[in-house]
Amino acid sequence: MNSLMLVPPFLPLMLGALAAILLRGWLRNAIMLVTPFIGALNLMGFEHGLFWTYEFMGYALEPVRIDKLSLMFGYLFHLASFIAIVYALHIKDTVQHVAGLAYAASAVGAVFAGDLLTLFVFWELLALTSVFLVWARRTNRAYSSGFRYLIIQVLSGVMLLAGLLIFAQVTGSLRFDDIGLEHGGIAQIGAWLIFFAFGIKCAFPFVHNWLTDAYPEATPTGTIFLASFTTKVAVYAFARGFAGEEILVWIGVTMACFPIFFAVIENDLRRVLAYSLINQIGFMIVGIGIGTAIALNGAVAHAFNDVIFKGLLMMTMGAVLHMTGKINGSELGGLYKSMPKTTILCMVGAASISAFPLFSGFVSKSMIMSAAVAEGYDVVWLLLLFAAAGVFHHAGIKIPYFAFFAHDSGIRTTEPPTNMLIAMTIAAVLCVIFGTFPQQTVYALLPWDANYEPYDITHVLTQLQLLFFSALAFVWLNLRNMYPPELPSTNLDADWFYRKLAPAFLKRFACAVYGVYTKFEESVIALIKRAVQNSYDAEAGQPKGYFAKLWPTETMVVWVAVLLAGYLIIYFF
Amino acid sequence: MLEQHLVALPIILPLIAAPIALLFGRTILTWAFATLISAGACFAAFSLLIAALSEGVLSYAVGGWPPPWGIELRVDAANAFVLFAVTALSTLVLLYSKASASHEIDPDKQALFYTAHLLCLAGLSGILVTGDAFNLFVFLEISSLATYTLVSLASDKRCLTAAFRYLIMGTIGATFILIGVGLLYMKTGTLNMLDLSARIAALEASRTVNTGLAFIMVGVSIKLALFPLHMWLPGAYTYAPSAVSAFLASTATKVAVYVMIRFIFTIFGAEHVFAEMGMDFILMVLAVVAIFKCSYVACVQSNVKTVLAHSSLAQIGYMVLGISLVSVTGLMAGLIHIFNHALMKGALFMAVGAVFYRLGSVNIEAFRGLGKRMPLTMAAFTIAGLSIIGVPLTVGFVSKWYLITGALEQNNWLIAGLVLAGSLLAVVYIGRVLEAAYFKEFPASHDSKDVKEVPLSMLIPMWVLVIANIYFGIDTSFTTEAATSAAQWLFQNNQVLELTP
Repeated sequence: MNSLMLVPPFLPLMLGALAAILLRGWLRNAIMLVTPFIGALNLMGFEHGLFWTYEFMGYALEPVRIDKLSLMFGYLFHLASFIAIVYALHIKDTVQHVAGLAYAASAVGAVFAGDLLTLFVFWELLALTSVFLVWARRTNRAYSSGFRYLIIQVLSGVMLLAGLLIFAQVTGSLRFDDIGLEHGGIAQIGAWLIFFAFGIKCAFPFVHNWLTDAYPEATPTGTIFLASFTTKVAVYAFARGFAGEEILVWIGVTMACFPIFFAVIENDLRRVLAYSLINQIGFMIVGIGIGTAIALNGAVAHAFNDVIFKGLLMMTMGAVLHMTGKINGSELGGLYKSMPKTTILCMVGAASISAFPLFSGFVSKSMIMSAAVAEGYDVVWLLLLFAAAGVFHHAGIKIPYFAFFAHDSGIRTTEPPTNMLIAMTIAAVLCVIFGTFPQQTVYALLPWDANYEPYDITHVLTQLQLLFFSALAFVWLNLRNMYPPELPSTNLDADWFYRKLAPAFLKRFACAVYGVYTKFEESVIALIKRAVQNSYDAEAGQPKGYFAKLWPTETMVVWVAVLLAGYLIIYFF
Repeated sequence: MLEQHLVALPIILPLIAAPIALLFGRTILTWAFATLISAGACFAAFSLLIAALSEGVLSYAVGGWPPPWGIELRVDAANAFVLFAVTALSTLVLLYSKASASHEIDPDKQALFYTAHLLCLAGLSGILVTGDAFNLFVFLEISSLATYTLVSLASDKRCLTAAFRYLIMGTIGATFILIGVGLLYMKTGTLNMLDLSARIAALEASRTVNTGLAFIMVGVSIKLALFPLHMWLPGAYTYAPSAVSAFLASTATKVAVYVMIRFIFTIFGAEHVFAEMGMDFILMVLAVVAIFKCSYVACVQSNVKTVLAHSSLAQIGYMVLGISLVSVTGLMAGLIHIFNHALMKGALFMAVGAVFYRLGSVNIEAFRGLGKRMPLTMAAFTIAGLSIIGVPLTVGFVSKWYLITGALEQNNWLIAGLVLAGSLLAVVYIGRVLEAAYFKEFPASHDSKDVKEVPLSMLIPMWVLVIANIYFGIDTSFTTEAATSAAQWLFQNNQVLELTP
């Protein structure tokens, strides 16, 4: 491809978003469908390297850096945006179409950013564009939830800015490469600020609430976009900047484990998926924290697969919400009769996220787990095993069971619109293909040269590595084989779990922890509210009290005297 | 011939043109004449800036009397930079005034408006260019008197009280500066700034000089509306005609900031003021309080012009904060923010003036649904608002960047954090207006036919500023070069060692 024809990777999607503002009807649909392909073709034309570098305020900016890691995420985001666009074709809402495409463009821009300032710009754009997908639901809850989301996301951006300023100051360069947490002096603080900025976007424990708060409030179609980009950009940023930081292993394990409890007691099925999203990111973060080539490969491969299978699950739940208007597990059930295709597609997604062999989750999760074992993280491995079981429990069983089976809720509906079915089918087929033929698909894109890379090394070694994987699969299957006999009981357990144990113990425990947290949050909010109420009359829409007054001239003159006297006294001594 | 007298042109042109403007009779002619004169002054200022950047200092002896006996006009990188910003803004505001002023000001007073505007411009240019401390006071009075007239021209009668309050405070400020200059004259026997600076440096710690410094600092603080001497400003900006608010907010207080810089760095010497008198700490505290107090008050106002006025007060806090850092980067951040703030506040006040033009109100309620009715005006408001917040790719980001860099150079974490936190308050007060414009419905009670985009003569100057906001946010070479050389020049001239805590 002619290199003169290339444009910055984020541009095709951004132009698509602009076109979506102006165009209507089938023309807009056609343009939207084509843009991800143009974007992906554009990516294929790039050689590895830096493009469009220029000088800005004395720093070298590298707006486009092409290497294997950024390319992998670049392709992934184009694929995800294509699926999400197909899924959203039936709606006529300009805001959602434009915001979705612009959001995807920002994500693409962020992963190709070669310097921290460009990353920051796209980091903030991610927040600003995505919040419209939440607001597009046009309910009061979505509106306030979107605002909370925006504030936290912008806070993350501000921290990133502060961190990068420090880094620019200390090192004189804005390059975004391995940052690490080991620095001397000020740079240490800068590194931690950047770490926390990434962490917020990545939904680290205690700063994860924006995710479970906002994603389920978004529109059925908007959630697909949301679930695909923000957190994956953060995973990319960690893989780039903090690979091999041991603390990430423990943060990741926490992320993999704690959402399980919340997911189990949650009724809103899309919120359950939001929790399981955090849980899956936990696996990736563990992989990044371990930091060996195989672990990092596993982390990014899992990010790749997660976008597809989590997208699939979100899409099936979105379809249920779209058709029935309900999403609470307690109100649904028995839908398999009226939505058989959606049910099957949901099961494929559930199988993938639970890492069934031949489904996509399996091929990447196993890489992370095996890396944990190889590096001697035995406890981590056990906890991940527990987390994997938890995923199977809440995402693999709870979601399809409550939505499509369980007791018959009496809801009779039809299959969702064709474009939704097509989008889900594409995702489901990809799940199976990635799971069945990983070497030809996902692994081919993996950025790090691990000792089992199937294509670049000799054929013999490839065979050996296949064997290595078969062995892994065998271990994994063995562990899995302990599950099938328990499956029915787990199923029965599920009922008991929700109706008996949860109220008795889990809920109380979760409430206690959560209570302390919310009480703190409430008291801070109350403090701010009181301050605002003292100065602002919300009913009349105008300031009151001290802040409404214009000072009389005497007061101003008194202040002049005070300041003059103050200066004179200070100067006298 | 002309080049030789180039330094005097930005003052002389509007000063002579002001009385002539009264004679034209037809408003359109007066407008065209005033705009042309202002454009001429702007061109002269630009040539001066280019000359100052390449040659250093340009000195001009008024009437042929050499300094320090005669009055000297002195142009260096620092004042040429501010002068260019002031004259450029004046020209754009005059372009904008054609529709706006004829709508808001009585027809028989419009010639007066253009005359007062030109006088104000002459005064501001004079303050910037002069090298003589007493002369500075004279020009300050010229510009201030013209400003009081400008504020009182609005059709809303509340402008009279606001102008009167402004008059009292402004006069006190000017008197204080005069007393201060008088004290210096008593001790040194000279009024030329450079001469003053040499003689003050020779006198070590004189009480008289220090008292003079106190009077001047208070007087200048009133003029630049530094907290807690700021309360004349919101009233004046709120009730003045829109074109006047746009002009004053982007130039008048900025020139006062320049006066403060000039007195501190050129006359008294930064080492004396900051190291011995401890002014850096006082100014820093006042600036930080100004940023937070005024930003917060801006958040709860219902009149959008008042919101912007309080936001101006907070922005002045950023400039003074830059000065109080006592480093080349900090001073440069202050200077660059003078220029950048003129761009953003000018655009914001113009957008608000456009809303007043169509709806006759600038209450936040009036903004409801305007995102669809007046898309270009609200887009301009949005971009300029983002610039106030400090979003990347706008000039606001450049200002904040250098301010934070300046704070970090001295390991002053607290200040860097406070600057970032202050930006969050800007999100709130700008966000409230944007929320009304884009997320509220246009009230059905209004007659929707009348509410449409304003004439091009208002939109064009507004968008020139908006595009400048973006252009100088991306291509920073011109502004940073000018501001850096200005800041270095101010520091070098006084051989101050940079202070680090």
